[in-house]
Amino acid sequence: MRSTRMALAAIAAAGALTLSACAASSPDDTTDTGAGGETTASGDATDGAAAGDTIRIGIKFDQPGLGFQDGSEYRGFDVDVATYVTEALGYSADQIEWVESPSAQRENLLAGGQVDMIFATYSITDSRRETVSFAGPYFVAGQDLLVRTDETDIAGPEDLEGRNLCSVTGSTSAERIKTDYAEGVQLVEQPSYAECVGLLRDGTVDAVTTDDIILAGLAAQEGNAGQVRVVGNPFSTENYGVGIPKGDVEICEQINAALTTMVEDGSWDEAVTANTEGTGYTANAETNPPELMACS
Amino acid sequence: MSEYLSQFADLFATYNVPLAFWMNIKLTFFAAIFSLVIGTALALMRISPIASLRLAGTWYVNVLRNTPLTVIMVFGVLALWSKLGVSFSPNFDENFFRLAVLGLSVYHAAFVCEALRSGVNTVPVGQAEAARSIGLSFLPAARIIILPQAFRGAIAPLGNTLIALTKNTTVAATASVAEAAGLMAAMIEFRSDVIIGIFLTFAIGWVIIVIPVGLLTTYLSRRLAVVR
Repeated sequence: MRSTRMALAAIAAAGALTLSACAASSPDDTTDTGAGGETTASGDATDGAAAGDTIRIGIKFDQPGLGFQDGSEYRGFDVDVATYVTEALGYSADQIEWVESPSAQRENLLAGGQVDMIFATYSITDSRRETVSFAGPYFVAGQDLLVRTDETDIAGPEDLEGRNLCSVTGSTSAERIKTDYAEGVQLVEQPSYAECVGLLRDGTVDAVTTDDIILAGLAAQEGNAGQVRVVGNPFSTENYGVGIPKGDVEICEQINAALTTMVEDGSWDEAVTANTEGTGYTANAETNPPELMACS
Repeated sequence: MSEYLSQFADLFATYNVPLAFWMNIKLTFFAAIFSLVIGTALALMRISPIASLRLAGTWYVNVLRNTPLTVIMVFGVLALWSKLGVSFSPNFDENFFRLAVLGLSVYHAAFVCEALRSGVNTVPVGQAEAARSIGLSFLPAARIIILPQAFRGAIAPLGNTLIALTKNTTVAATASVAEAAGLMAAMIEFRSDVIIGIFLTFAIGWVIIVIPVGLLTTYLSRRLAVVR
């Protein structure tokens, strides 16, 4: 009896602790939620980041070539651009705290103040502009197809009639192919692109679709290299922007200035080349390097 | 606020939410039938007088019950379909639906089996002894005497399993079935400006589907309980 009571007390105490932990963090969250709650923090930091200050950057952790966690290292084009931009804002590389930001959580991470900016293949769209602001774009990708190296019949989305196509659950590019190019395409939806590439290599699907630079990253991955290739016939334009809290014009202009110098001093080209080397992929020269949009 | 509501209403024109939920209901319906059949067979094995059948039943339940459902689903698509070329239907989408039903059925059969065994435990030993004394062997005794009482005693745990199955149908998104969880992910991805509305829609949708199941099983478990 006694031990039961002790156990109950312990559980109650643990519960109370858990609850208070929630309570302690939520007021911060709510105060930051307002438009540009992080403005002052990042604004001050730019004038010479105080030592020990960190900046939280949201990236993907699972996209080879763009944002990829490899042990304790982070690699990819998004990571390189983010490092360059934050350096221009006055942070050193070890002041960056990388935060995983899956597609569905990006707006909430920014609005809740858990990250200061997001570099995560974040296409600029009007519906996203309702809740967040964008700097950039820093890259213009296009939706494309990944096929087996020995595939000769697929040169573009219209060749997919009656073939099997893989994409992640709820992706625009698969929908676009179905409605605009090949109505008879058979769509397989998987939780991530790694599964799609597996199916492609098994021969059960004939193509994988998403943005070309993501496909290039997958094609360059060890184990896939040489077995799959990007078709190189993009059928959309995706403007990758830097997600920032809604209405933060000041930080947007600083990021855009940094992106301009990045293109001018050649580091942008270097970053693209370094991350797509060996895939035969070249960024669409008509749209890249991209023209920056005005901050709002 | 009214602007938010009109944007939110827009969503229903673009995305077919009821159709996605209907897919979950279809998955639940078929998987419930198959898992009940497999689960009953397993329960019979586990209470049978033959040691090797008991062992096989125990083995099945412990392996399947302890394997995450997502792993079973991924196995269905990546191994059964892709590597082994198993196809359950010439229709491309129907094949994935059946793969998902198979995955859900074999997984929940383990839970149905255990729920039924708990029902068997509510049947007094005297019933089995009486059955044997009038000359019934194992199968007739199970069919006529034990299982009818066991089912009536196991309605509440079977209902819990059905509720779990209903919600677990969302895992079918992994097996390329266009159902509610996949649609929610897509809607959040493209319409993050109305994310709270989207979340509430799906939360309420699940409540509407699951609560009647709970009410019905509670009612039935009271009504059909064997009075001893």
